[in-house]
Amino acid sequence: MSTQAKAVSLVSGGLDSMLATRAIMDQGIHVEGINFFTGFCVEGHTHAIRQEDRQKPKRNNALWVAEQLGIKLHIVDVIEEYKDVLLNPRHGYGQNMNPCLDCKGFMVRKAYEWIQQNDFDFIITGEVLGQRPMSQRKDTMPVVQRESGAGDLLLRPLCAKHLPPTLPEREGWVERDKLFAFNGRSRKPQMALAQEYGFTDYATPAGGCCFLTDKAYSEKLVDMWQHRSSRDYQLDDIMLLKVGRHLRPRPHFKMIISREEGEGKFLEGYRKQFLHLRTHSHAGPLVLIDGEVSDDDIHLAARIAARYGQGRDAEQVEIEVIALDEQHQMLQVRPFGQDEISPKWRV
Amino acid sequence: MARIDRELDARRLLCPLPVIRAQDAIADMRSGERLRVVATDPGVKNDIPAWCRINGHKVESMDERDDEIVLIIEVEGFGAPAFTDH
Ligand code: SF4
Repeated sequence: MSTQAKAVSLVSGGLDSMLATRAIMDQGIHVEGINFFTGFCVEGHTHAIRQEDRQKPKRNNALWVAEQLGIKLHIVDVIEEYKDVLLNPRHGYGQNMNPCLDCKGFMVRKAYEWIQQNDFDFIITGEVLGQRPMSQRKDTMPVVQRESGAGDLLLRPLCAKHLPPTLPEREGWVERDKLFAFNGRSRKPQMALAQEYGFTDYATPAGGCCFLTDKAYSEKLVDMWQHRSSRDYQLDDIMLLKVGRHLRPRPHFKMIISREEGEGKFLEGYRKQFLHLRTHSHAGPLVLIDGEVSDDDIHLAARIAARYGQGRDAEQVEIEVIALDEQHQMLQVRPFGQDEISPKWRV
Repeated sequence: MARIDRELDARRLLCPLPVIRAQDAIADMRSGERLRVVATDPGVKNDIPAWCRINGHKVESMDERDDEIVLIIEVEGFGAPAFTDH
């Protein structure tokens, strides 16, 4: 082992990993952070898309936490590898499409690979026993250790006293007595420790660290899979699920309708990949069509698109249809009324 | 104008991808070299300087025009200690 023990900490940007990291730094360990980008992380995306959110100050919480702690942060793109975790989770999904237990195992495994490549000694996470229904139970915590391959190189400082001593404790690199015994869903012990460390501004604890815990998002993802021949996905697919109003008026095609300027701009970037519609005679959304469509389908989509523009009460609205080969076509349509948009179309 | 050793087109990528791409580009660069990043996600205005601060690199300039943000990063900025300039 190197003279000063070195640990890598899974920094999510939330309070727990921030506390766990600090607790280990206070024991004289050199700590660096690692953060995995799966494509589903709440960080960043939507707040960069919507116009109203563009005005708000933005920060990447993982970077912010690293800066507060004065540690390096390595952000790792795991988009490709994560597909298998999401598509084939051995331990299934949580309440929504979140494969938390497999996800934790995967991230700790990646961290384990990282420490081997970078000559670090152990891994820490901010997990708390009993805090999450799936991945942080007494019976599932050893699963992460086992399946990641990290074994007892994985230390969870916030609940270490409830768990068997790990190698860093047994070797005396860290003092077990100075670790914690947090347990359960209450956030009080974390808040108290945050106060003790002088952390006043931290990301509010939320239900999960990614969009997969979000019901509406998960429904869109399932809808996408159900209407494609394969469940494989690209980053663009999962990004588009975060943007706009999604309607599926026919099983074989879906409309992605921008709700405001920022989303319109974002969807503009996909013009070359999708047949799309614009309202010509009035201000209106940009609409991408996902699926193979007939002339009848396009006419239907144009009437729906007209409903979401300023011409919704007009007799006729002119809609421009731009095909994938960039051929333009103008359609005059009567906008759908509110009650003609079936609630069943909403994805 | 200062020499640019490497260009990174991060347009249309949303954070943290521009940061990841910059980080990966810098991993292959030498101290004193300059990376020019062009991005469109306004999140980079915060995230790339933050990443540079914690990793000891220096953002030499950051300009914004027509929805594009252009950053010039000097790898392992000379004598700029990390964590001090915020
Ligand atoms: S909430 Fe998302 S990122 Fe967090 S453990 Fe679950 S699946 Fe993984």
